[in-house]
Amino acid sequence: MTTETSLGLWGIPLGILAGTLRGSAPFLFVSLGECLTEKSGKINLGLEGTLLMGAMSAYGVSFLTQNTVGEFWAPWLGVLAAGVSGMLLGVIYGWLAQQHRVNDVATGIAMIILGSGLAFFLGKPFIQPQAPQLFTFRWGSWSDIPAVQAALKVSPLFLLGVAIAPLLQWVFRSTRWGLYIRAVGDSPQSARAMGISVFKVRMFSIVVGSFLAGIGGACLSLYYPGVWTERISSGQGLMAVALVIFARWNPVQCLWASLLFGGTQAIGPAFQSVGIDSYYYLFNAAPYILTLLIMVITCSPKRTLVGAPGALGTDE
Amino acid sequence: MRDRKFVPLTRRQIIRGLLATSAFGITTKLAGCGSSPSPNSPATDGSANAAEEVVVGFIYVGPKDDFGYNQAHAEGAAAMAQVPGIKLVEEASVPETAAVLETMRSMIEIDGAKVLFPTSFGYFDPYILEMAQEFPDVQFFHAGGLYQAGVHPDNVGSYFSYIGEAQYVAGVVAGHMTQTGQLGFVAAKPIPQVLQNINSFTLGAKSIKPDITTQVIFTGDWALPVKEAEATNSLADQGIDVINCHVDSPKVVIETAERRGVYSSGYHANQGPLAPNGFLTGAEWDWISIYTGLAEQFVAGKTLMAGDIDHILRGGLAEQFCKISPYGSAVTAAAKADAEAAREALISGELVIYKGELRDNNGNVILADGEQYEQTNVELEKMNWFIEGVKGSIDG
Amino acid sequence: MVSRLTQGLQGENWRKSLEAIALPGAALLVALMIFGIFCAFAGANPFGVYGSIYRAAFGSWSAWQNTLIRAAPLMLTALCTALPARLGLVIIGNEGALVMGGIAAIATGLSLGTALPSLLVQMAMALAGMAAGGLWIMLAGALRHYRGVNETISSLLLNYIAIALLNHLVDGPMRDREFVTKPSSAELDPTNLLGTLPGSRIHVGLIFGIIICVIAYILIQRTTFGFAARTAGGNIRAARIAGLPVGQLTLATCFLGGSAAGLAGMVEVAAVQKRINESLVSNYGYAGILVAFVSRHNSLATILVSVLLGGILASGGILQRSHDLPDATVLVFQGIVFLCVLFSDSLYGRFSWFR
Repeated sequence: MTTETSLGLWGIPLGILAGTLRGSAPFLFVSLGECLTEKSGKINLGLEGTLLMGAMSAYGVSFLTQNTVGEFWAPWLGVLAAGVSGMLLGVIYGWLAQQHRVNDVATGIAMIILGSGLAFFLGKPFIQPQAPQLFTFRWGSWSDIPAVQAALKVSPLFLLGVAIAPLLQWVFRSTRWGLYIRAVGDSPQSARAMGISVFKVRMFSIVVGSFLAGIGGACLSLYYPGVWTERISSGQGLMAVALVIFARWNPVQCLWASLLFGGTQAIGPAFQSVGIDSYYYLFNAAPYILTLLIMVITCSPKRTLVGAPGALGTDE
Repeated sequence: MRDRKFVPLTRRQIIRGLLATSAFGITTKLAGCGSSPSPNSPATDGSANAAEEVVVGFIYVGPKDDFGYNQAHAEGAAAMAQVPGIKLVEEASVPETAAVLETMRSMIEIDGAKVLFPTSFGYFDPYILEMAQEFPDVQFFHAGGLYQAGVHPDNVGSYFSYIGEAQYVAGVVAGHMTQTGQLGFVAAKPIPQVLQNINSFTLGAKSIKPDITTQVIFTGDWALPVKEAEATNSLADQGIDVINCHVDSPKVVIETAERRGVYSSGYHANQGPLAPNGFLTGAEWDWISIYTGLAEQFVAGKTLMAGDIDHILRGGLAEQFCKISPYGSAVTAAAKADAEAAREALISGELVIYKGELRDNNGNVILADGEQYEQTNVELEKMNWFIEGVKGSIDG
Repeated sequence: MVSRLTQGLQGENWRKSLEAIALPGAALLVALMIFGIFCAFAGANPFGVYGSIYRAAFGSWSAWQNTLIRAAPLMLTALCTALPARLGLVIIGNEGALVMGGIAAIATGLSLGTALPSLLVQMAMALAGMAAGGLWIMLAGALRHYRGVNETISSLLLNYIAIALLNHLVDGPMRDREFVTKPSSAELDPTNLLGTLPGSRIHVGLIFGIIICVIAYILIQRTTFGFAARTAGGNIRAARIAGLPVGQLTLATCFLGGSAAGLAGMVEVAAVQKRINESLVSNYGYAGILVAFVSRHNSLATILVSVLLGGILASGGILQRSHDLPDATVLVFQGIVFLCVLFSDSLYGRFSWFR
């Protein structure tokens, strides 16, 4: 046991920085997944359920395979399982939400119930045992201060997410697939006229988006906080939907927004740890208030939002 | 019961686990989780001899396998079901709304329950009180010291353990082990029970080193894993080297503390195996002895209404209503010796945790010199202050 | 779906109205089949499970009361989504509106105390709850209309803000230190509590729910206001050109929807919980969203769908008690039922027999 030195007020910025590095990965993956989904013209609120299902399957598979493939690879199998379970839920959602007269918001909420129900049902045996966790890069080893060392433990999943964000941006901007997705999301009718299958493009976007959201769940259960419990997500999947709008459907901005949202989770505890201890409920609500304010400031009735997919929120 | 803790897979759970894995097309052998057949599965189809059985209903506010508060009760219930003549019905994840009224009613009307154990603290008022008036021949037992003779119906009883005693002993260990003199406490909400744990823990530590402080962080809810981990990290950042908690499931706090290389103190159940290096000890409920004892009285036909069973069943370490987790490997011999001494003194009644002169952390005198609050004192149930040395505020 | 039923009864051909019953009914059967298979996998006898669900939800007068008690708040929270939906708005701020209604109701009830006759206090509480819930959702409508802010997202965020406000109030300014089980406000005076219906344990909230749903139906189907809202909902741009006051309609439907959820909050406080605390947030809002969509925003159908969901919720316990299934089973059941019934909507007009 090493004696840690007290950081005093420096603990606040360090805590928020560390909270950002630790806590933003699930936001990042779910928001990238939601961004892709919304770009194709559907809002998938069901990613909350996908996140839970991903967290459960990642933890469960990591736990069950640790003796077969070893403690290093088991969590990676878990990550894969999280993605695959997300895709399965995505297929259900993608098929259902595209049926005539079926509303995507309602389907999403039903998917939250089904996804969380399945995750809780199947996840009972995994609450108590410890599953092998993903390794982390220790970028803080140059420092003698344990708090800094702990803050700079970075997950490879986080780095993967950081890499996917610009990649997704490039896909949207510069590839044929990106063009298809944007066309389908902006104007399904003209996309049909171009000979694009709206159903297939949306299905693809939704399933890939759900894959990413499932991996977001794996970040929760295999990296930080690194457990499987039924309350693991505390609404992060729903929050990611708001986050995408906050980020204007731009994957790179999703990255910044995720960092911001991840960091705000640390504000309440960091302030209390140095003795600023009033209004913590309101501190905890900070990301929601912030998002609402930014939406109010940046939106305008005169024009649609820059980057907003035209078909979003319509029945087309 | 203890040895069941870490091989928790029952046959049914394994079926579910298999369902989980095969659903993803991954076949694995369940190495390492030997299929111990469930020793305690309650007889669910004992309708044939229902006439002689006493049906006991247990209601939990969350999942009954949460590795925390609810699981502690569920394990006690499973032990109760082993008593011949007892039939157990259980319902988990029942919110503190009209839903719990309906659950109690269904247990009474459909399952024929004669005794109910709604285990969540928040079920008491108004829900248990309403049902108790409507069903005067059904006994309601509530975990918490809230029963008041003459005020509440005769068929309501409360049972509770002075878990603050176990927290005090954990505090003694923490006081020995801390090198910085700073302890941390991750708490959910500022209700009297939580405050009592924080204060008792701190008093235990201060009995070793009077200058010790405890920094409290409230997360705002009973189960917020990310916030709990964040709170633990923030405490460690501040140089705090022993972290205790009062949340529904302490696993996150204990594991995060272990990763940060600081000591941890558990709650609800034994979390020792989660933190082989840093776990010190913990305050655990011991519902098994209470529940099996009550079960034998039910089978013998004793009731609250007839006055055969006490309306208030409370006890601490002495009565085995709570206990201390096995000491972790890091705990020094000196710490163990003092902790055992404190435990003995609490059991014998020589040691009273709350005694004067005691000030709160704003400098107000709570107890003057010579005064003391015995464990039975209702003031403790209404605690709304932190003692000197606790850093935190109970106003949200 | 059941909206079709009511349309059908107005003189169209009977096969079409049969379709409105047959499709969701068939969807329910399919959902039960899928759930039965799920139960079989989990080691429970599906037919035993069906029997238990029926007994626990509709098998006796007591079971019916259980179902109706759970249905009552859903009728009101569903309107929070259903009314603005007539204008094409997707509001999911039901939980927040319920919470705000509860806060306003208790604040009114506690400050009036016994100064006025209890009937007046109850009316003041109901009005305060409705006003608070209404204004809360109207905020989302106003942001939509004046700033172009997506109402789905803003109302979702307002949920979290309302819940944080509730927690802050009961932990600080409104806290009753004598009540020790959880941070809560003080208790309402017993005379101000809402009673139950004669001969039952169902609180009067059920009557509120049914009456408000009927009023909402008449408002939408039988008044000029409703006609204007439905017209505008069909095509906002055309409505503007036609000179309909789209802004006022937006604010009004949002206010009415929110006030229904606010009333649900008031009922929850005045009939069940007697004080406010974290238990006020118990998913009636989110369930209400689904009820609204499944009933296709038709307020009469809302009553039936609420009773159906109430029955599912009522049967959740028996699955645990009699079949040893875990607590999450009822969530799986709900998810399957909702997905199947939502899907059945897409089948309208696919079967030529119904034409």
